[in-house]
Amino acid sequence: MNGMLHLWLIALFPLAGFAINGMIGRRMPRAAVSAIALLATFVPLALVTNIALHFSQLTLPYVEKFATPWIQTSAFHAEFAFSLDQLTLIMLGVVTGVGFLIHVYSVSYMADEDGYWRFFAYLNLFMFFMSVLVLAENFLLMFVGWEGVGLASYLLIGFYYTRKSAADAGKKAFIVNRIGDFGFLLAMFLLVAHFRSLSFASVFSQISSHPEWQGGFLTAIALFLVLGAAGKSAQIPLYVWLPDAMEGPTPVSALIHEATMVTAGIYMIVRVHMIFDRSPLALSVVAIIGAATALFAATIGVVQTDIKRVLAYSTVSQLGYMFLGCGVAAYSATIFHLVTHAFFKGLLFLAAGSVIHALGGEQDLRQMGGLRRATPITFWTMTAGVFAIAGFFPFAGFFSKDAILHEAFRSPNGGFLLWFIGIFTAFLTSFYMFRLWYLAFFGRSRAVAHTSSQAHAHAPHESSWVMLAPLVILALLSVVGGWMGWPEALRGSDWFGHFLAPALNNAAPSLNSAQGEGASGFILSQRVVVETSPHLERVLSGLAVLIAALGWFAADTFYRRSPELPIRLATAFSGPRSILVNKYWIDEIYHAVIVRPLLLTSRFVLGGAVEGAVVQGSGRAFSGAANGLGAVLRRIQSGNIRSYAGWLAFGAAAMLLLSYFGFGTGTVSNWGTHFKIW
Amino acid sequence: MTTFPLLTLLTFLPLVGALLILVTGQAASASSDRLVRRDRPERSHAHARALAMGFSLAALLLTLGLWHAFRSGSGAMQFQEQHAWIPSLNIQYRLGVDGLGLLMVLLSAIVVPIAIAASWRVKGRVPLYFSLVLLLQAGLFGTFTALNFFHWFLFWELSLIPAFFLIRLWGGAQRASAATQFFVYTMVGSVALLLAFLGLFLATGSFDFIDLAALAHNGQLLPAITQNLGWHGMAGDRVALILFFAALLGFAVKVPMMPFHTWLPAAYAEAPTGTTILLTGAMSKMGVYGFLRILLPIFSQQILWMRKPLLVLAVATIVFSPWAAFAQKDLKRIFAYSSVNHLGYCLLGIFAVAGSSGDSPMLLTQRAAALDGVILQMFNHGLTASVLFWFVALIEKRSNGLRGINDFGGLRKVAPVFCGLMGIALFSSLGLPGLNGFIGEFLILKGVFPLAPWATAISLFGLLVTAIVLLTVLQRVFSGPLNPRWSGFADLTLRETVVLAPAIALMFLLGLYPQVVLGVINGTALAVTAQLKF
Repeated sequence: MNGMLHLWLIALFPLAGFAINGMIGRRMPRAAVSAIALLATFVPLALVTNIALHFSQLTLPYVEKFATPWIQTSAFHAEFAFSLDQLTLIMLGVVTGVGFLIHVYSVSYMADEDGYWRFFAYLNLFMFFMSVLVLAENFLLMFVGWEGVGLASYLLIGFYYTRKSAADAGKKAFIVNRIGDFGFLLAMFLLVAHFRSLSFASVFSQISSHPEWQGGFLTAIALFLVLGAAGKSAQIPLYVWLPDAMEGPTPVSALIHEATMVTAGIYMIVRVHMIFDRSPLALSVVAIIGAATALFAATIGVVQTDIKRVLAYSTVSQLGYMFLGCGVAAYSATIFHLVTHAFFKGLLFLAAGSVIHALGGEQDLRQMGGLRRATPITFWTMTAGVFAIAGFFPFAGFFSKDAILHEAFRSPNGGFLLWFIGIFTAFLTSFYMFRLWYLAFFGRSRAVAHTSSQAHAHAPHESSWVMLAPLVILALLSVVGGWMGWPEALRGSDWFGHFLAPALNNAAPSLNSAQGEGASGFILSQRVVVETSPHLERVLSGLAVLIAALGWFAADTFYRRSPELPIRLATAFSGPRSILVNKYWIDEIYHAVIVRPLLLTSRFVLGGAVEGAVVQGSGRAFSGAANGLGAVLRRIQSGNIRSYAGWLAFGAAAMLLLSYFGFGTGTVSNWGTHFKIW
Repeated sequence: MTTFPLLTLLTFLPLVGALLILVTGQAASASSDRLVRRDRPERSHAHARALAMGFSLAALLLTLGLWHAFRSGSGAMQFQEQHAWIPSLNIQYRLGVDGLGLLMVLLSAIVVPIAIAASWRVKGRVPLYFSLVLLLQAGLFGTFTALNFFHWFLFWELSLIPAFFLIRLWGGAQRASAATQFFVYTMVGSVALLLAFLGLFLATGSFDFIDLAALAHNGQLLPAITQNLGWHGMAGDRVALILFFAALLGFAVKVPMMPFHTWLPAAYAEAPTGTTILLTGAMSKMGVYGFLRILLPIFSQQILWMRKPLLVLAVATIVFSPWAAFAQKDLKRIFAYSSVNHLGYCLLGIFAVAGSSGDSPMLLTQRAAALDGVILQMFNHGLTASVLFWFVALIEKRSNGLRGINDFGGLRKVAPVFCGLMGIALFSSLGLPGLNGFIGEFLILKGVFPLAPWATAISLFGLLVTAIVLLTVLQRVFSGPLNPRWSGFADLTLRETVVLAPAIALMFLLGLYPQVVLGVINGTALAVTAQLKF
């Protein structure tokens, strides 16, 4: 059934939604705006569902391209080409599915906001670029989507543009991502230089027909791509934009900064894994960045008090897991975690939005409490999300996180240390999520009597069903969504892994036999695949659940049974605590080391010295000189015929003298006919 | 050549317009000066504006006709006209365009109506203003079509004079020194250029670009110089290098390349914004055009010798100019420095292409692809920068001349369409894929990378700083709380939107279907690279 699938329609509908709402949405009623936006996301979801239903009848890989090329020069050409394989399908499912739910949620969440049309226009724009990113068949088109989602994110973070902090955060996100783009662009230049093409199919077929290519330029390409991925997927050292991105409206945070866009970097690495497989060094870098980010962000998450920021750092941390998964070449497990994470993190964020909504805009966990009774549905759905992210059996997070940790344990690129960091992060994750759970939903309300705003003087209230329905669906998925990857060691069938396998066909073998640079010398690689039995896998899984329970227990002790304990600890360990509260001063360090020098150089050196002294100084000097010259010339131009005649005679004499004595051989008479006068 | 002299017609069309405006306009205002000082000028102004716009649109139409008739894919000169002019000096009246020339003619034909639209409300001596604008356009057309140095140089200088007066008479507070500085810098460059070509003429007996390029390609240029210009016993290659530096100076000032850029911020800022559009949109391309048409084919060997320092200067231009923009507060100065940055990519492409030795067919096509990027970038920059300065003009019109980035704030609330369209232009300028700016910069950097990897990598820093600068503009002017002073800031009117729309649409078109232009210039790029000799 390999007719035209019309993949381009998946991208076209959101684009049309953006165009309509963006151009005339201002003058349309809100119902029409949201109807258009919902239709523009529902149709792609339906198309993707239809493709999924007929997927087994397709011959893969399926490629669809426009008749005319995009760029065609003598040495290079790029096309508007979309491709479809298992990986694309899974990503499309996540993007259109979660995207549609969040659009529905937004209809109610944003109902009272100014700029309703603008919000939905941008949201559709995001869906368009995200579809392009996922569907692209070449690096360049992927880069269009890559930059495009950055643009949409910039616009949406700065949605409340009258707030300076929002506008700043949007700018910061775009610029930090530009640093990542630096890597993506250089990687593309290297790719063109070596492969003469940016098409995935062409690059991959060349790689697979040259098994002798190990490391070398492939390492360089991979490392540059890692820089790009670290920007988009908020990894060390470029994670700093994501927590600030929470300035955007909550559905935006849920869609872009939690569930979909930030996974673009991970998707990219998995998409081009053939390059990474040839470079154990690059893989190790990815693994280390991932593990470090996971741990680092989790420690910060423990002390955050803003509900959205807790979740933001939790996202950074979970993305770290996915990086770790990529780094140990566990691509299938990584994508699996990407999917379940989209479910439970999307859920957690929408639930947090519901809580914020219920409290009239309050985001501070210290002002919450006791919401379990006021917002029961939000509470139960949030609970599903908390259990899922903490990794309790049989919630979704358990299966995917476990798959990554298991691979980290046994992979030659992993090892005990990486596994241990992962499992310790799991403990922290469980702790700070249950902390959030207790602070928001249990105990007594700590709100300062809601006096600040008359409009919200009434008691906390449950959100409308338009908002709750997406929550319930995502909650269900957070519970059962992991079952599709139920591991064989636990008597499952790992449907997910088997489904994805054809798209990742060349994953492991070259890694195991890798003798290239990096592999042998790298400290963390054990160089041996630890042969794990199903038995060991079961033990590891049990351990993971135990760790999660431990985190729950600790949070329970701290925030329910003896709430005075955290305060005592905070005073006892005020030093270490202030490091965490201040997020290791990373923003401040970046500011001092990078931003300020750039600014100062610009202002004083380039702005002060060059512009001031050189530009204006030379201007003054020049106009002075010109005026002086003018004065001389005025004297010459006296209007006196005799003086003109005098100058003329002087000039002629000078010329004659010069041509006879100064330059030598020629005579004036043969100018024009002979050129050899000197 | 028996064909209809289209290019001559095109060059003289604006000249006729300029004269017509001057004659009829001066007559109208002369009569009005004596009688009623208030009423009549208005009418004569409207008359001058209408004539100027009419002539510039006619030129655009004619150019589109040329575009249509042009055989794309060919690298040869087309629409050639050739007549003997000054036989004793072997000077011919020789016109023709290839893809590069045609694209630049088209750019000039697009930029001039934009400049006229942006100058709609110019004050004082209105007929003179518009006739100077058309005179400048004639200079541009002549420069981009002439194939003989003598003829080319006439038009090159012709364009300088109206630009000087436009700055000097209608500029801002510092206009006198800005205009002088502009004139002196450009003049010094021109004199150097003239001397260089006199030297070449003395050595070879030809002013013809194509002949000179052929001589250089065949390796006869250097012997000719050695033979005929043995200056104080100086070796021929030394003399050739001196000639090259003289010519380089002329073009480097015009583009400008750092450190010859210092005239630019003042000139761009002090010129009336309509004139700034001409300066950045079209005149800066004369410099790059000179590099491509003259310097690259004739002096490729000298560029190769000087490769490293030239690359350093190009990279410095790319990196330092947006960085300098960072410290500026005046929108025009910011966009001026950002202009320098964008043309820096062109220089990088040219130097890298000329500086790569080796003759494998792969290298050849790679160089051609980089030159495709350079030529496309020239057009893209002309379009985007013109539109950005046009927006500055629209802001000035609403703010009585204020244009500091800190003078505004929150304008998005009252002028959403304004913000949206200017936002598109800004993102085009910072190279967002999907818009025109990206394609040119990508092709250049991709093409240059294998030839000069480090220069490319460092240049990417310029992309980053440009993004910071332009996003800061967007933020300061349009975001934040609305500055109460501008609560009455008018959004774009329907007329303004309609006039802007084609330019914005062109940005999308070139971003999504650059083939429109690439198809036309690819032949030229191949021809130019095939001509290079190392």
